[in-house]
Amino acid sequence: MKKIIVENLKYKYPLTNELALKGISFDVEKGEFIGIIGKNLSGKSTLCQALVGLVPHFYKGGYGGKVVVDGLEVSKSEISELSQKVGIVFQNPFTQVTSCKLTVYEEIAFGLENMGISRGEMRERIDNSLKLLGIYKFKDRNPFDLSGGQMQRMAIAGIIAMKPEIIVLDEPTSQLDPRGSEEVFKAIQNLSKEGMTVIMVEHKMEKIAKYSDRIMLLNDGEIVDFDIPQKIFSRGDLDSYGVTAPVFTKICKGLRIKSKVTGLYPITIDEAYDLVVNYIE
Amino acid sequence: MEVKNLHFFYEDNEEILSGINLTFDSRSTAIIGQNGAGKTTFVKLLKGLLKPTGGDVIFNGINTKESTVAGLARYIGLVFQNPNDQIFKNKVIDEVIFGPLNIGQTHQKARENSINALKIVGLYEKIDENPYDLSLSERKLISIASIVAMNTEIIIFDEPTIAQDYNGKEKIKSIIKDLSAKGRLVIAITHDMDFVAETFERTLVFAKGNVLLDGTTREVYSCIEELESAYLEPPNVTQLCQRIGVEKTFLTVEEFINYKKK
Repeated sequence: MKKIIVENLKYKYPLTNELALKGISFDVEKGEFIGIIGKNLSGKSTLCQALVGLVPHFYKGGYGGKVVVDGLEVSKSEISELSQKVGIVFQNPFTQVTSCKLTVYEEIAFGLENMGISRGEMRERIDNSLKLLGIYKFKDRNPFDLSGGQMQRMAIAGIIAMKPEIIVLDEPTSQLDPRGSEEVFKAIQNLSKEGMTVIMVEHKMEKIAKYSDRIMLLNDGEIVDFDIPQKIFSRGDLDSYGVTAPVFTKICKGLRIKSKVTGLYPITIDEAYDLVVNYIE
Repeated sequence: MEVKNLHFFYEDNEEILSGINLTFDSRSTAIIGQNGAGKTTFVKLLKGLLKPTGGDVIFNGINTKESTVAGLARYIGLVFQNPNDQIFKNKVIDEVIFGPLNIGQTHQKARENSINALKIVGLYEKIDENPYDLSLSERKLISIASIVAMNTEIIIFDEPTIAQDYNGKEKIKSIIKDLSAKGRLVIAITHDMDFVAETFERTLVFAKGNVLLDGTTREVYSCIEELESAYLEPPNVTQLCQRIGVEKTFLTVEEFINYKKK
C-alpha cells in the first residue's frame, strides 16, 4: 500500500527566483524506512516540509504538482488534518519546543492535547515515548534546562507519542552522542517494522546506509537516484553531488573489493569485515 | 590556559563538574563525551560565561572569577551550539562585524576580518542577506565566521559540524587546522568521532563531570574499554581495524588502505 505519492512536485519559496524543488516524483510503501541524502541546499529539508504541508501552507510561495500522504492531498488539506497522519521532527530541536510548557512531560503532552487524546491514554503514551528515548528521568525538568542532545531526544519523543502513520525526521541525531544516536536509529527502525513509514534526512552515512530500505539522493532540487543503499553508495560519482559513501564502502572502494554475491560495494561494518579480513593484494 | 580543581553546579546543587585539572597547550583539542556529561558547561566556564563554584580557570594569568565576560571576550571566542542563540542582526555582514567592533578593532580592520572570514566559510556572496532567510547549515557557518573574524587567541566550537554536509565538514576541518597552524588554541566539542580522528591532535573524554581520558587522539581511540564505559565508540575505520584484530590504531580511511596494500 502506497503511503506517500509525490507527482512532479515543484516549489519556489516566496521572494526567490529559483525553484527549490524542480519536479520531483516518487512513492513510498507503508512501513518503509527511507533515507534522504544530498549536499546542503539540495532540497532535503524543503521536501520534508512539503510532506507535512508546511510547504505550501505555512511558507506560501509557488507550488505545482501533487503530494498525497496517506490518502490526503497535501495542498488541499488543512495542516491540522495532516498533522494527525504525519509528524515532523525539525532539524533544530530548539525550534520545536513550544516555549509554553514548563516541564518535559507537559511538552510531550502538547501534541496529544491538540489531538484530543483521553487523559489515561495520554499518560501511557507520554511515559512510553519518554522511556523509549531514555529521558524519563528528566520528565519534570524545564525543557530549556536540557542539554542540546536531551532536547533533541525530547523533540523526537513528542512526535512519536502522537503515533503518526508517517514520521519525517530532519537530521534527528545531529546532537546526540554515538551511543544515543544508535539507540535512536534502532528505536525508529522498530517503529518502521511495526508499520510506521519513516522518512529521514541524514548526513551520517554509516547509519543511514545501515538502517534505510531505500535511499534518495537529491541534488539541486532533483532526484538523482532512489534505490537500495548498496547501489546508491556504489556509484562512482558521489563526489560530484557533494556526498560521501560510508567509511566501510570507501575502504572497500580503495581496496577494490566488491561483494561476490551482489557485485556491489559493502555498506556496513559486518559486510566490510568479511571482505577485508580475507583481503589479499 | 589552566583549569585547577574546577567544580561547578547549577542552582539545583547537583554537581556537573567535579574537580577537573587540565592544562591546555597549543594542540587543537577535541572534547567528546555522552550527552549531559558537562561539556557545554565546561566551555562556558572557560569563556567566563559561567563562574566556577569551586577551583579556578586561569588564562594568561587572568582568573576568570576576577574578570568580566567583556574583558575575556577579546581573548576567547565561543561559537554556540545553536546558531539561533548567537545570531541577532538582520544582515550577515552586520552579524559578523559585531564581535570584532565590540572588542575594539578599528572599523577598517573589523570589515577586513569579517569579509575574510565570510570568504573562508563560503558566504561572501550572501553578505547582505538576512541570516534567518538562510538554512541552518549556513547560519552555523555565519556563527563560525563571526568568531573567526574576532581573531582571538582561543577559539572554542560547540558542535561545529551540526547540519553540515560533506563539503561543509571539510571546510570546518580546514578552518580548524589553519587556526591551529597560526598558533591559535582551538577547542571543540563534537559527537562526530570520524571528524575528531581526522582533525584534532589531542582528545579529552568527559564522563560524569570529570576527564576520563586525555591524550593524543590516537592514544584515546586505542582505549576501547574506557570509551565503552563513557558510552562512546571509536571512529568507524578504527572499529573495523579493531574487529579485524589489527594491533595499530588507524584514524583515517587512507591510513588503513595504505597499510592493507603494503
